[in-house]
Amino acid sequence: MPQQRFRTLDANEAVADVAYKLNEVIAIYPITPASAMGEWADAWASAGQPNLWGTVPSVIEMQSEGGAAGAVHGSLQVGSLTTTFTASQGLLLMIPNMYKIAGELTPTVFHIAARSLAAQALSIFGDHSDVMAARNTGWALLASNSVQEAHDFALIAHAATLAVRIPFLHFFDGFRTSHEINKIEMLPDKVLHALMNDDLIAEHRARALSPDHPFIRGTAQNPDVYFQARESVNPYYNACLDIVQDAMDRFAKQTGRQYHLFDYVGAPDAESVIVLMGSSAETVHETVEYLANHGKKVGAIKIRLYRPFDIRRFIEALPATVRNIAVMDRTKEPGAAGEPLYLDVINSIYENIDRFDRMPRVVGGRYGLSSKEFTPAMVKGIFDNLAADQPKNHFTVGINDDVTHTSIDFDPDFTTEPDNVVRAVFYGLGSDGTVGANKNSIKLIGENTPFHAQGYFVLDSKKSGSVTVSHLRFGPNPIRSTYLIEKANFLGIHQHLFLERYDMTQYLEPGGTLLLNTFYEPHEVWDQLPRIVQEDIINKNLKLYVINAYQVARDAGMGGRINTVMQVCFFAISGVLPRDEAIEEIRKSIRKTYGKKGDRIVQMNMNAVEATLDHLYEVEVPDTVTSPIELQVAAPAGAPDFYKEVQMMMIQREGDRLPVSALPVDGTYPSGTTQWEKRNLAQEIPVWDPEICIQCGKCAFVCPHAVIRIKAYEPAALEGAPQTFLSVPARDRNWQGLNYTIQVAPEDCTGCGICVDICPAKNKAETGRKAINMEPQPPIRHQEAVNWDFFLTLPELDRTQVNVSSIRQQQVQQPLFEFSGACSGCGETPYIKLATQLFGDRMVVANATGCSSIYGGNLPTTPWSYDAEGRGPAWANSLFEDNAEFGLGMRIALDKQLQQAQELLKKLSGDINSELVDAILNNPQKDEADIQDQRDNVRQLKSRLEALNTPQAKQLLSLSENFVKRSLWIIGGDGWAYDIGYGGLDHVLASGRNVNILVLDTEVYSNTGGQSSKATPLGAVAKFAAGGKPTNKKDLGLIAMTYGNVYVAQVAMGARDEQTLRAFLEAEAYDGPSLIIAYSHCIAHGIDMQTAMQNQKAAADSGQWLLYRYHPEREDGNPLKLDSRKPKMPVEDYMMMENRYKMLTKSKPAAAKQFMQDAQEFVDQRWSMYEYLASRDGTNGKGE
Amino acid sequence: MDLKTVYLGLELPTPLVVSASPLSQQLDNIKRMEDAGAPAVVMYSLFEEQIVREQHELDHHLFFGTDSFPEALTYFPEPDELLTSGETYLDDIRRAKEAVDIPIIGSLNGSTLGGWTDFASQIQEAGADALELNLYHIETDMEKTSTDVEQMYLDIVTAVKRVVKIPVAVKLSPFFTNMAHMAKQLDVAGANGLVLFNRFYQPDIDLEKLEVVPRVILSSEHELRLPLRWIAILDGRIKASLTATTGVHAAPDVIKLLMAGADVTMMASALLKYGIDHIRHVEKDLRLWMEKHEYHSVQLMQGSMSQIKSADPGAFERAQYVRAVSTLPKDYKIF
Repeated sequence: MPQQRFRTLDANEAVADVAYKLNEVIAIYPITPASAMGEWADAWASAGQPNLWGTVPSVIEMQSEGGAAGAVHGSLQVGSLTTTFTASQGLLLMIPNMYKIAGELTPTVFHIAARSLAAQALSIFGDHSDVMAARNTGWALLASNSVQEAHDFALIAHAATLAVRIPFLHFFDGFRTSHEINKIEMLPDKVLHALMNDDLIAEHRARALSPDHPFIRGTAQNPDVYFQARESVNPYYNACLDIVQDAMDRFAKQTGRQYHLFDYVGAPDAESVIVLMGSSAETVHETVEYLANHGKKVGAIKIRLYRPFDIRRFIEALPATVRNIAVMDRTKEPGAAGEPLYLDVINSIYENIDRFDRMPRVVGGRYGLSSKEFTPAMVKGIFDNLAADQPKNHFTVGINDDVTHTSIDFDPDFTTEPDNVVRAVFYGLGSDGTVGANKNSIKLIGENTPFHAQGYFVLDSKKSGSVTVSHLRFGPNPIRSTYLIEKANFLGIHQHLFLERYDMTQYLEPGGTLLLNTFYEPHEVWDQLPRIVQEDIINKNLKLYVINAYQVARDAGMGGRINTVMQVCFFAISGVLPRDEAIEEIRKSIRKTYGKKGDRIVQMNMNAVEATLDHLYEVEVPDTVTSPIELQVAAPAGAPDFYKEVQMMMIQREGDRLPVSALPVDGTYPSGTTQWEKRNLAQEIPVWDPEICIQCGKCAFVCPHAVIRIKAYEPAALEGAPQTFLSVPARDRNWQGLNYTIQVAPEDCTGCGICVDICPAKNKAETGRKAINMEPQPPIRHQEAVNWDFFLTLPELDRTQVNVSSIRQQQVQQPLFEFSGACSGCGETPYIKLATQLFGDRMVVANATGCSSIYGGNLPTTPWSYDAEGRGPAWANSLFEDNAEFGLGMRIALDKQLQQAQELLKKLSGDINSELVDAILNNPQKDEADIQDQRDNVRQLKSRLEALNTPQAKQLLSLSENFVKRSLWIIGGDGWAYDIGYGGLDHVLASGRNVNILVLDTEVYSNTGGQSSKATPLGAVAKFAAGGKPTNKKDLGLIAMTYGNVYVAQVAMGARDEQTLRAFLEAEAYDGPSLIIAYSHCIAHGIDMQTAMQNQKAAADSGQWLLYRYHPEREDGNPLKLDSRKPKMPVEDYMMMENRYKMLTKSKPAAAKQFMQDAQEFVDQRWSMYEYLASRDGTNGKGE
Repeated sequence: MDLKTVYLGLELPTPLVVSASPLSQQLDNIKRMEDAGAPAVVMYSLFEEQIVREQHELDHHLFFGTDSFPEALTYFPEPDELLTSGETYLDDIRRAKEAVDIPIIGSLNGSTLGGWTDFASQIQEAGADALELNLYHIETDMEKTSTDVEQMYLDIVTAVKRVVKIPVAVKLSPFFTNMAHMAKQLDVAGANGLVLFNRFYQPDIDLEKLEVVPRVILSSEHELRLPLRWIAILDGRIKASLTATTGVHAAPDVIKLLMAGADVTMMASALLKYGIDHIRHVEKDLRLWMEKHEYHSVQLMQGSMSQIKSADPGAFERAQYVRAVSTLPKDYKIF
């Protein structure tokens, strides 16, 4: 098939396209925002696509980026062309190998979607912190600024590394470039061939390890020679500069695109010059051109090759007229004399001081950390700073630093957006297809017209109900605007409900067009617009178009997917293309996009296209503002000041305006803030029917967002209850005389419906209804919100009165993990919530990076909460790879603190009531009553110690809370536990220390989009296993059991909830390491999330997922208790319930069939083994 | 002993055709059927409704959750090619045709007129020797008249006949006000055969779960009577081949149906119950019976007891009820 000359794609695909063709071995591991490069490589290899030399590269997923680097190192050592892709923490994990690879002068290229490093917080977004942390490794660093450059430089890097033997980091900005879709000219294979020198490849192979001409590499050297050997590589670094330029020149001959190590743009006689690298260099380029055209003597240097740094060429690139230089670093090096690029420039100029008549003044600035916007207005601000008599040095731009006053001012209204560019912004919901439609529109324009096209998408950190904002530009010239659109001429608001939440029309320029998807008829919509929207429409003379896309989509059979409808509207109104031509292109695109999914899917979209124009109306705009509707910006009553002043700003999408002083200095944030953010996501919410309810507690047990709450309380507490508040006598015999209520938090529910699915109580008169039923939210929202507020005022039942081993009683315990940002219907969160109900008021949590750290710790609001006493889980996230060790460290320290406290208490026993001392030291703390006693003891102790006021008493006072048993939990997903963190996990299991490890096993890397892990079952389709996972799932539980002293449980709450509860209680009570592996259904399984608990049950019923508890101290002999019954369902029947398996039957039916047979065989064999293990006599877990 | 017969214009060595069932989803089973002496196999049914549902399901899961969360823009690798439009069924037909020498009869249940004709053409192209239209449809629309429903069936048959050259059989339910009239209309519309009758899976109620559950009950030999009656009534009155597909479990069932006028008989439940090799036993018993009763060919018995040829034509009509009841044992209670 002929190669397409122009394509619209993002940099991840553009880079992967080249890297795949130029390599033979590719080691991959998922990390945002680089994951897609590995995914492309795996998909192409799975499809048998050959590289430039006709062979299909071997793509291997490793257990970590450290592993990937090691594999790359090994592959290179035996002479294969090898690459990998990564970012951020992943790059940090590669650094040890990178020193080795560079030290051994081994040619390779790592492609990096540059991203922030975790410091006070993790951030997935883009800056240069990661590549700057790798700048000492001896690797060449080559920076791409755009999608086209990322594609081009991938080739230049691979060509240059072979010639110079120095390995290359080719980097481009995470998200801004990696995820920006842009129209680029693709490199044909002949250009790749022209740049890649086969002789150099042969030389690379000749240097490889081979028993046919053996040598050793990787010696240990002593003081006598290490230093000299380290200097021996200098000639290669000296040669690198010319070699890279030569590659760029050869590339230019092939493509016409000429790059230099440093490219200067701007006025030839510029006096002020900005130096920087990465995507923002394009914004600077655009601004400099604008200013120079307006007579300003400004310019910019775009750095391509940052390491080795070519001082000579850099100085030569500067205009002779330069007087002031601003060096912009997209990183922060706290405590340094300046950021790295700034110091390099200072040094370059100092070393060439003789070349200048007058030494230029050089200042350094920081910008754009974590994808912070960097706009032409800020560029202008930098030039204004340079023009000042005393320019600010070590400044920041783009933020308001009101603490150390580093920030410079700029005029936010300054813009360089050209008039001939169509700028369109679209607000959509994650589930409505807006982003997909816009990606499609960009491709459609980019690949069918001479226009250049750019698309960038701002998505939400919440996994359910997320808001998406699409920024699209179309124009006749290449688009360099690497910043969000601030003045749009087209605004699409794809969800009416956004109107009351966000001020969106502020981004429309006068005369612009507003397209609104609304439930309202054209004649009534005006009165439904908020006041500020009406004002904007009138004052800016906006055109207003409306459509009921929900109706059109629904009629076409597309449910809530309004993508095609809104796409047609955009083209019909915007005039980017002639209407008929555009619609024909949409039709073609539908056939191309949906053809493989089936003719009905194509037809459904075609139907939507045909129906759209009949439902699109232009609204005649009245002259006067009539609306009483205001934006909903008020914080809920009772919310703390920090929430109102800081977190509300983030929620309102105004976080960029928060000054430095508003933010905690050390990453410490208050617990329990999701309770204030009423997201109102659900169109339907569960409603309790107390007449039918059997009070089993299962609905609350499975609720992923802790919105279903149960209380048992004295009837007297009902005084003042709202009229619609429901309450009935408690049915549990231990709670005679108490009343009972199940209350739903109406504004926090995501509407998943799992509660209804799990409810076992059917209405006998109408069996389609249960004791809890989904009802439309809007009509009951206010009423239920009032009921919810009243419910919260009811007292919690004394924890000593709760039988925690019975779900129906246990579920009255207050969840201390609530309203998280997890997916609607999440399979992980119910387990976390359960742990917080049982142990939350004395729980310390180490949380691995992954889904649980994102829905658990991503700002603006976080779900880990606290009780009426102010107690709750203390939560921290360290990294992905180290979580077990992180948690063990906590355990060791807590144990040590307890020991110190005990020692001090004994020393001070003479000054303290001896009965109290004995009570504290001898309290077994086996149940809630003991815990409460201990809290009373500690309270008395603290009071006594305060009175004593001696140094030792003060010391004990600071440690005294440790007398209450701390429940240490180490929580993470399977990517952590089975793969990247497994070494640490194993060590912690072996430590014998009292930790509780909860593995939320979704059987894929869920957070990064469903890549295969070692927990992925045989035959499941996942990213990195596009052809079905070829190997069986690792049996983590069985491995842990081999220690003999580890409590191990495998649970699935949808299969046997009581077993899950029992496992949590036993694990926590066990004084040693405990491991709970919890089956967690996931959106990445391709299932109906509402009925996902049925999938859990089927997994257990088929034997695919075994339920068991291995208790080293079980009194009845054999420590292993198999809680699963003999499999009664064929594994295939279970597998066909989930798209992750089923889709393979549609793509590779023969392979799918074989996998299903093999899976059954594996399940049968494993069942036999476990059955045998569980049936043995024995008392010590070793069968002895 | 001559067991040869003709069904849908296909010359078959015996009348023991295998009807549509899950057994034919496995190629090995089809080979075993041939080995056991089956003269032809009707493949399992291609349900257009199921294909459409699967397309929607796949589309939904490949879309669901995408482009919402920045770290996970998608959750599945999207294959370049997906077999979403019945390709696997057509592949099964092709593979069956390659693997065995006996005729393979496709079976189709459409849900739209376009679906009926498109899939019928594709099944023909895949190599099927004949096509059975599986008119499996429960009409619940209270506004639709019986004429509407009958006309819908006739439209389907007419449309399919227009696009395919292979013989077309129609598998019907017995729930028509006038079965004879319906059969005649189908005959006129061009149906090459009538397959009597379709067995609808009847819903059941799970009393513990208070749920409606589909219950698959294999046919019993007692169910033979219904097709037996209608084959006997229709034999000699229409051009189309006739066959029974319900209640055929043993050689006597086959013999009765042949005598009533069936061109072939079809088994599925019996094979699911007793295994594919059961075909051999039935054939053997058929031969024994014929030998014992001195029937030298199947043709001799075919239609010998149809309504037209029977000594008591009225026995196949309503009067039969009175006689049947009067022959019940004395202690049998009728409520």
